[in-house]
Formats: sequence, structure tokens, C-alpha cells
Amino acid sequence: MDNATPVEAPGAAGRPHPHDSGRKHVTGEALFVDDIPAPADLVYVHAAGSERAHARVTRMDLDRVRAAGGVRAVITAGDIPGVNDISPTGTDDDPVLADGLVQFHGQPLFAVAADTMRQARAAARLATVEYEDLPAILTIEEALEEKSFVLDPHTMRRGDADKGLQDAPHRISGRIRIGGQEQFYLEGQVSLALPGEDGDMVVQCSSQHPADVQHQVARVLGLRANGVTVIVRRMGGAFGGKETQAAQWAVLAALAARATGRPAKMCLDRDDDMVMTGKRHPFIADYDVGFDDHGRIQAIKYMFASGCGFSADLSASISDRAMFHADNGYYLDNVEIVCHRCKTNTVSNTAFRGFGGPQGMVAMERVIEEIARKVGRDPLAIRKLNYYGGEGRNVTPYHMTVEDNVLPELTAELERTSDYGKRRDEIAAFNRTSPVIKRGLALTPVKFGISFTTTFLNQAGALVHIYTDGSIHLNHGGTEMGQGLFIKVAQVVADELRVSLDRIKITATDTAKVPNTSPTAASSGTDMNGKAAQAAARTLKGRLRAFAAGHFGVDEAEVEFRLDRVGAGKHEVSFAELVKLAYLNRVQLSATGFYRTPKISYDREKAAGRPFLYFSYGVCVSEVAIDTLTGESKVLRVDILHEVGRSLNPAIDRGQVEGGFIQGMGWLTSEELWWDSQGRLGTHAPSTYKIPACGDRCEDFRLTLLGETGNREGTIHRSKAVGEPPLMLAISVFQAISDAVSSLDDYRTVPGLDTPATPERILNAVNGMPAGPGKKP
Amino acid sequence: MTGKTARTEGIRFLLGEEARQLEDIDPNTTVLEYLRRVEGLTGTKEGCAEGDCGACTVVVAERSGDDGLTYRTVNACILFIGALDGRQLITVEHLQGAGGGLHPVQRAMVEAHASQCGFCTPGFVMSLFALTMNATDTPGRRRIDDELAGNLCRCTGYGPIIAAARQACKVQACQDQAGQEAGQPPAEARAQTEKRINQRLRRMESPETLHLKGRHGEYFAPKTAAALGEILARRPDATMVAGATDAGLWITKQGRRLDPMVYVGQVAELKEIHLIDEFLVIGAAVTFDQAHQAIAGEYADFGELIRRIGARQVRNQGTIGGNIANGSPIGDSPPALIALGATLVLNRGGGLREMPLEDFFIEYGRQDLNPGEFVQAVRLPRRRGEDGFRCYKVAKRFDQDISAVLGAFNITLENGRVARARICYGGMAGTPQRALACEQAIIGRPWTEETVRAGRRALRRDFTPMTDQRAGAAYRMAVAQNLLTKAHMETTNAEWPTRLVGKREAAHG
Repeated sequence: MDNATPVEAPGAAGRPHPHDSGRKHVTGEALFVDDIPAPADLVYVHAAGSERAHARVTRMDLDRVRAAGGVRAVITAGDIPGVNDISPTGTDDDPVLADGLVQFHGQPLFAVAADTMRQARAAARLATVEYEDLPAILTIEEALEEKSFVLDPHTMRRGDADKGLQDAPHRISGRIRIGGQEQFYLEGQVSLALPGEDGDMVVQCSSQHPADVQHQVARVLGLRANGVTVIVRRMGGAFGGKETQAAQWAVLAALAARATGRPAKMCLDRDDDMVMTGKRHPFIADYDVGFDDHGRIQAIKYMFASGCGFSADLSASISDRAMFHADNGYYLDNVEIVCHRCKTNTVSNTAFRGFGGPQGMVAMERVIEEIARKVGRDPLAIRKLNYYGGEGRNVTPYHMTVEDNVLPELTAELERTSDYGKRRDEIAAFNRTSPVIKRGLALTPVKFGISFTTTFLNQAGALVHIYTDGSIHLNHGGTEMGQGLFIKVAQVVADELRVSLDRIKITATDTAKVPNTSPTAASSGTDMNGKAAQAAARTLKGRLRAFAAGHFGVDEAEVEFRLDRVGAGKHEVSFAELVKLAYLNRVQLSATGFYRTPKISYDREKAAGRPFLYFSYGVCVSEVAIDTLTGESKVLRVDILHEVGRSLNPAIDRGQVEGGFIQGMGWLTSEELWWDSQGRLGTHAPSTYKIPACGDRCEDFRLTLLGETGNREGTIHRSKAVGEPPLMLAISVFQAISDAVSSLDDYRTVPGLDTPATPERILNAVNGMPAGPGKKP
Repeated sequence: MTGKTARTEGIRFLLGEEARQLEDIDPNTTVLEYLRRVEGLTGTKEGCAEGDCGACTVVVAERSGDDGLTYRTVNACILFIGALDGRQLITVEHLQGAGGGLHPVQRAMVEAHASQCGFCTPGFVMSLFALTMNATDTPGRRRIDDELAGNLCRCTGYGPIIAAARQACKVQACQDQAGQEAGQPPAEARAQTEKRINQRLRRMESPETLHLKGRHGEYFAPKTAAALGEILARRPDATMVAGATDAGLWITKQGRRLDPMVYVGQVAELKEIHLIDEFLVIGAAVTFDQAHQAIAGEYADFGELIRRIGARQVRNQGTIGGNIANGSPIGDSPPALIALGATLVLNRGGGLREMPLEDFFIEYGRQDLNPGEFVQAVRLPRRRGEDGFRCYKVAKRFDQDISAVLGAFNITLENGRVARARICYGGMAGTPQRALACEQAIIGRPWTEETVRAGRRALRRDFTPMTDQRAGAAYRMAVAQNLLTKAHMETTNAEWPTRLVGKREAAHG
């Protein structure tokens, strides 16, 4: 045995291990917050929303609500013991309950706690609320007109955009409107609050950011942070929607628990969830681009305007990230990007996978399309011409040098493997003989920056215990929302300690175990928590190694961790035996780990620095067909090359890429948010808001993951973040639809197509095209 | 009230293999609430409480003959508890073998990495379970899409779930043939189990009306049209419920209570489909799923339309009678039925009257239905000769969406001229409405592009559509006109493709 080759632990890094909860998911045993057995005397909390978009509340009579059957408490702004604000970045503009002023239709006015959910809802209907209407700003255009902003504008600059534009041989300006997107996590927002002694509160919550929930509950209840514990085992999807906006419901549950002295659960009905919680920001993007005869960009000016809703929430960082990705993968000489953060009387928009990046990229890809049509070349040629290059063409609009660009290579590879050129010809031939159905094709790249652009958030902690039976308790600040973070981190720890994966218990994220955590967001969960957990495991391994060396009288170098066994010179013991021995010899078997992302620094005042540790890259070709009589569209084939570095778990990574792509496709096609003239959201349920269904996933879907050579940066096992970037691969679908419409005048005109490309928008774009050889009169 | 023939001992059903008898339960309780709050079975999830996401999918098994069972998926969130009477309810908790081994569907889902967040997963597992129980061979992609259209997943992008579906059906087929896989009954064992359950369910059956009257409200489930008529005569305030795919939302979303509630899903005469002379007579409580084949056999496009109504769970629950009787302006079956000249048979205390379907819809929210009267059946004229019927559903999503515009075209050509035309649209007015001006503009004229242009112009006289979250008024009008153009292309054998989904060739008969 002594000479046995070390065996790689099963489940260790790099293996396609199933999701840690896979078995529990399929049997229904996995507990989500609403599945936790109801504690005795549980009350259910319902929030009643404003019926106006912008108004002063002149009267709110809740007597009949209080008197209704089963009602245990009614909570208004006046009943809040602490601060009536849950703004995540200190902007003091996010009331838990509206206090005299309502700023969007559906804004929570009061909450009812009752013995059953039906009683709580029925009681809420008995309220009498009177309003004095105020002028409501419902669109980004109106907000720009009225100079209605939640925050100051921000600008990024490099070179001289005005001069560059003047000097350029060609110049095009235009506007694209980019729609928002509902996260549509299948599990709605939910929190369960358990009151304790000293007024303390334990909250089981579906949140990406337990530390924020802890902070907000404490502030609103008038407690210190050490009086609130927040626990998150898993979420039924989040996608950014539970980063800051889980807090309000946790706070209301805690307020109800405080008011009644009972456990309280707040579980948003789907319609309430869609009305009351924020979405991806809609944007307006104006561009003015100058380029040469070949289509190479010489200067560009962007004016972005993000629709933030009534409060700031995370809009500063989200709007900034749209600017960070307004270049996508292209070198922009002489660039100026301005972004206005518009205040509207709609729900406050928030994080959603990509976090502003997708909107910036959609704008950039439209610019490429404009240039291509103008110079009469395939958009792919324009893309390749403008990719970041070497010295002189490798600095971003925020003055970061791009060191790891692989887009030219990926593009060449995908162009070949997807038969791009041949299919381009086939599609042209098809379109000539098909007056109703038109096909389109597009290849688009993604370059996505990895790190929180708010630099201090780039830190993570972990806690690992080893018990005397050799079992391991793993905890870290990251949260599991389905993305496979927990299994990846467990794989890292198993790999580090050379133990089998089933020895490790993956435990709920808990503010009492790892404090002051960052949200699980910005695709950084594995990068940061994997490193923190690895650090903790290394500490423990170091202690065990030192102990084993001393105990067995060998050099530390002779201590070898094998699969669930440890060798020390001639000796070999099981991992559990070594742990037991270490315990008896008073070795500490618990360790914390900590990680701070290196190399990054960013000066927002100057809009310059290195906000990202590295970039993730991918390329995608989509082929679509559209029906020019109805505007319907269908994706026919997708080819993806996506770079994940040295993957910790290729199965999980594939799932992220496929799922992200389909989610992005939904954003750009069928998922339309529609408000009426009163500011009421008309698409507040899956009956009217259409995320992709099974049949929308095209049969011919070819995905290849790349990156075996590993991330050039020293990330965890040299892997790359994969959470957000794939969503933006779906921009190729939007571009392919536009390409299909463009065929109507032989690719001379960029269709007036905004996102999402619903049948209605596509038909409008078709009807707006100049008559050409392909267009039926 | 229903005299000596009423049965009052409660709702009796099997939960898995355990018998349940509920006497003191609110008839407004949904099956989902019952599972989660009463039984503590939390594997079944609430995702939307309106039957559109499938997270609450469960399987209801019913007797099929004297030995077998049929399995159908339903949305527990909008199914009222009374609908379980005499049936078996199977949830995700019931799939594992006695030793805790995973069902082949569950195993395939794990192995294909088909769950990420896991919240939608139990619903998918149940849809796939039903698929494996009902599939006779390895299903193709389109069948899988149809079975899963009512289950939304926001994480995976569906690829791994499709792979799991294929794998599970393969495994299940192997088992049914050879009965070799451990932990799961082979075909013989399955047959024995089904026979046992069938017999237990048969013992729960009763020809009498189930009548509950307690502190929670009143509930009737009559078994005959006569009994239904009698109940409605005495309780004209009662609300009739069939599949509850719409009525369920009145409770979960609008906070209403239905009391008394009359469940028509077990009225024998209403569940029958007959071929009588030149008519297909479809009972009002026949589900879309049950009517699908018979209708598709007559009119291929109508069959394709039914495939796109709701999703599998909704078609398993929802009825054609309900789709008509609740008078929705966007119900999908009425425009097709009206274009095809269907009539409605109404029953009031045994007295029948028949009327053209289009006359039933008076205006938005108002139908020609008297107190105590119920829809008994729809009479659909059978196809004569070639299937020239064309019908198109246009929505934001191909599957499980509500039409922005639905156009149904029943145009008969004789010697190249339009001899007869019945054209009906959904989504263009407060009710499903015939395009009479358009019909007049094309009848008697040669079926040419010029005639189509006249028809297109006439549509502007027929309709003033509205703008809502599904589509704008201008788009609706443009599509309505373009669908006439499309119908013309297809009925004049245009050589180019005209459809992104569905088979135009099938429509040619």
C-alpha cells in the first residue's frame, strides 16, 4: 500500500458530478423555504399594493382589514420600529411600505398577517385607500424629457470621439430600444421568520444575499446585525432577482413575527411577485459611429438611458456594466459612453444575469449590423475586422488592457465547424424562392468581464469543520440557486483533502457561520467561494499533515493524502482514523478560509482601471426562420463555442451555457413586459409573460466547451466563471432575426427592430422595409 | 335536495395506494393546497397558481375498462379537490420503489443533469412519468415537446430534460418488454397493480350524485344529465365547473368562492363523443385531449389547433364545453367551431334547444344561457370531401400561449370560385366573431389575389380590434388580413413554405 499511486478522489475537481441535490430534486425531498414543515401558530403574510402609479395616499382605512376573520396583525409604515428603508446601497429611497407617497402601481402599502393565506388576501381586499394622483412618468423617453433620474449620469472616455466622428469617411447614427426581462424564477420570493429571545430573529429565506437580508431585517426592526440570523439552503432559481429584492419580503415576515410573536411566512403569489419585484433594466441606446470604407470603427459615441424604476437599487452598477460592455469584443478607438439612470414610476429594476452587460452588447451588435449594411459586407466580416487585437488595439473604453482575447481564434473555429459560409449561401438561395418564410443567420461573440465592479465586494469566506468520525461540514458565503455552486465547492474541498465527495456535508448558507458575505452574483460564486473553501481545507490539511508527521515520526513531505486514506512513511491510516487521532491530540479541526480577488482596482471618478480579473469568451451562430405574414420566428439551429477554462464540472458548466442561452433567447424574442397607460403591468403571470418552452429549444443545438489549457489568471483550478456570459450568446438569435428581415431588400437596410423581437415587432420591421427583390408587395 | 339518490359520505379517492375519504373539506380547496397543507406532501410545488407553469403537475389515474388505468397529468393548483372522487392521485412522492430506488424517470433526470434549481423538477418528473406510462414506443422530439409544453424550466434550457425523456422511455420500454430492471414492476406486475387499483376505484364508484354540505360550502357532482338538470333547476345560483382551467383562477387569483359548486366532469352523457349522421357530437365535458383525435380526423388544422390549446395538463383537464360556456373572447376552439358551422345543444331540465354557436356569444361576458340551463354538446358537421379548412393561431409563443389573433377559414371553392365561406376570428372583438363583410366580399368571386385584397379591405369593416398585453390593434388587423392571404396561398397550392410549425401537408388531407 505504501507505494500505491495516489488515487484521484472521485468527485474531485474536473468531473461531471451530478448536482448535489439532484436526487432530492427528482424525489421532491429537497426542501425549499415554503416546504419547511409549518411551525405551530404560523401566520401567513400578504402585502397589499398601491392601485396608482404615482400618488399621495390621502386616506388609508384598515379597520375592516383588522376586523376580518383570522387576521392577527396589520402592519403599516407607521408600525416599523426601526428604519423604513431597505435601499441596498444607502440611497435611502426604498421604503419597505409606502409612507404617504406611492411611486409605482403595486408598491406595498400595508401587510396583513393571518392564520391562512386566503384569509390574509381576503382581508387585504377590505381596505379603503384614497389617492391624490400625481403626474406619472412611465417610460424612459418621458424620464429623459423630464430629466427624471435616480442617480447622476456617468461617462467613460478614451481618445477624442467628436474629432474621430468628424474625420471618419462614414458615419451612422441610430437608436435601439432594449426591453427589460422578468427573472421568472420558478420559486417565488419567500421568507419564514422565527422570533426568538431578545427580539432576535431567525429568517429562512430564498436570497442570493443573506448578509443583505440580515442587515435590512436588523435595520428595519431596530436590531443590531448580531440579533438576526439568515439561513439559505437553496433557491428555486434567482437569476439576480433575489440579490437585493428578497429583503423586502424577509423584512415583512420579520415585522409580522415581531407584531404577532409567532412564526411568520411571506410567500409571494406569482402575480404579486411579478408586479412587486424588479426586473432587468430596459434601455434606450443611441449610437453615432464613424468608420472607414472597410467597416473598421474609427470613433463612436453612445448615449445610454437605463429605466431604473422608482428607486436606485443596484442601478448604478448595472448601468455601469452596460457601459463596460458597450464594446463587447471590439476595439473602440475614440469612444465616449454616457449613461443616464432614469427614474420612472414603475417597479425598481434590479439585477438579472448579465447585470446590464447584455444591453450594452445588444447595442454594440446593432452598430456592427449598421456598419455591415452600409459597406455591403457580411456582418461577420465587420465583427472580425473590429475585434480587439494586439498593441494599439487592446485597450477598453475604461482603459483596461485586454490580455486574454481569444475571439479571433474562437470565431475562426466556429465559422468552420458551423459551415457558416455554406449556410449563408443556402439561406440566400432559400430566401430567393420563399416569399413568406425567410431565414437568417448570425454569428456573434461575447466578451464578459469577471469580478464585481464594486471592488470591495470581491471577497469571500468559508468555514470547514472535520468531525471526529471523519465527516466534513462545509460552509461558505455563496448561495445555491441551481447553478451548481455547492457541488463545485464541495469538489474543490474533496480534491484538496483527497476524500470522497460523500464524506462532505454541504450545508445551508448561514450568516452565523460565515459573516459579512457578498451576494452570490457577478458569476463570481465559484471563483471566490471555491478559493475561500480551498484555503480553509488547506489550513486543515496543513494541520493534519503536521500532526501526522509528528505522530508517525516522518517528514511532512512524506505525508501523502490518498483517497480517504493518509500515508505517512510506512504507515497508512484511514482519513477518519487520522482525524480521530488528531482530535485526541488536541489538533483544531475547524478552519475558516478567506479570499480576496487579486489584481483588480478601479477608479470610478476617472472611469479607468482594471475592474475585471479576466474576461470570459464565447461565440455563437444562430439560424432562424421568420414568417413575414405573422412575424412569428423560430430558431432552427444553434452552434456554440464557449470558453470555461479548466472546468471544475463540465456537466454543470454545460447546463449553465445551455440554460443561459435559452434564457437570453427568451429575453430577445418572446419575453415582453407590457404596461398600460396607467402604469399597470399587464404581463404579470406566465399566461401573459412567455418564457421559452420546451419546444422553443431547437433540436439542432451544438455546444462545445473550450478551455482545457486553463485560465491564464490564477483562479480556482484555473476555471472560468460561467454563470452570466452564455446568456449573451443569444444575441446571435436577435441578429439572425434581423438578418432574415434584412433579406427583404437584399441586405441593404437595417430593420427597425427593437427587442424583444415579438411577432408584432418583427412584422412591423418587415412592413417597414423598403420594397426589394425578396419582398412580396 | 337531490332526494334519495344523493351520496353524502365524502370525496373518496386513492392517494398513491392509500384510501382517503374527505367529508369536511371546503370544495374550493385545490388539490395543491390539499397536498401541501393537509397531507404535508410538499414535493408538488406552486409556481404560478394558474396552470401555466406545471410545477404542480400531478397524475390522476382513472379506470380504463375493468382492468387497466389511464394516466393523465393535471395542474394541481387549479384542480378542485372534488374532481379526485373515484380516482387515484399520484404525486412525486409515490414514484420510488418500495426499497427507495428511483423510478426510471427520476434516475434519467439525475443522470442527464436535468435539474438545476430543482423547483420545476417534480412537475417534469410527473409529466415524464405519465409519458412513460402512456407511450407505446420511444417518443420523438415533437411528442416530448407536446408532453412537456406545460412545464416551464427557467434553468436548464430543456436540453437535458429532453435527453432524460428519451432515456426514461427507453428504459421503461425495456422494462415493459423484459421486466428485468430492479425496483420497478415489469409489464406483468404493472398489469396486476393496475387491476388492483382499478378494482379499488370501482368499489368507490356510485351512480348517485355526490353531495357535500357542510360549514365550508356546498358541492354537487351529479352523474347524469337528469340529475344535473335537477340540481341547476333548484339551485340556479350554482356555478358549474368542468376542468376548472379557468374557474380555478377565479379562486386562486380573484379571491372568489364558488358556492354551491357543481362539478360536471362525471356526468355520463356529457363525456361522450358520437358520430351521428353527418355530425360529430361532442359532449360538453369531453376534454380537449379526448376530442383531439376525432376532430383531427375530420379537420387536420383543427387538430393542430387543439395541440396548441393550453398544454398537455390543460387539455387533460379543460373541456370544449367549458371553453365555450365561459364566453372568453380568446377561447381558441369557438372560432374554428363557428367557421365550421357547429351548433350548440343546450339542456334545461331535459328540454333541449339547438342554436348556431355564433348566436350563443351575445357580447363580451354575456352568453345566451338561461338560468338552470347547461351546455350539453357541440355538434360539429363532418368533413365533406377534401379538407379545405384552414386555421392559424398567432401568439408570442408557439406552445401554451393565448392567441393574439386566431383565424379560421372554411372556404369552399367550386370551379375556381368561392362558393361558400365562413370565416371567424378570435382576439379581434369582445367575442369570437365571424367576418361577415369579408365573407361577402369574396363569395361568388374567383379565388384570386384580387379577391383576397377585397377580403382584406372588408376585414376593416368587420373588426376594430383592441390593444392589450398580447398585441396592438394595428398588428391584430394586419395579421387578420395576412392570415386570409396565407389561407389563399395554401388553398391554391402555393409552392413555397407558409408555416413555421405544424404541417401544412397534413392539412391537405
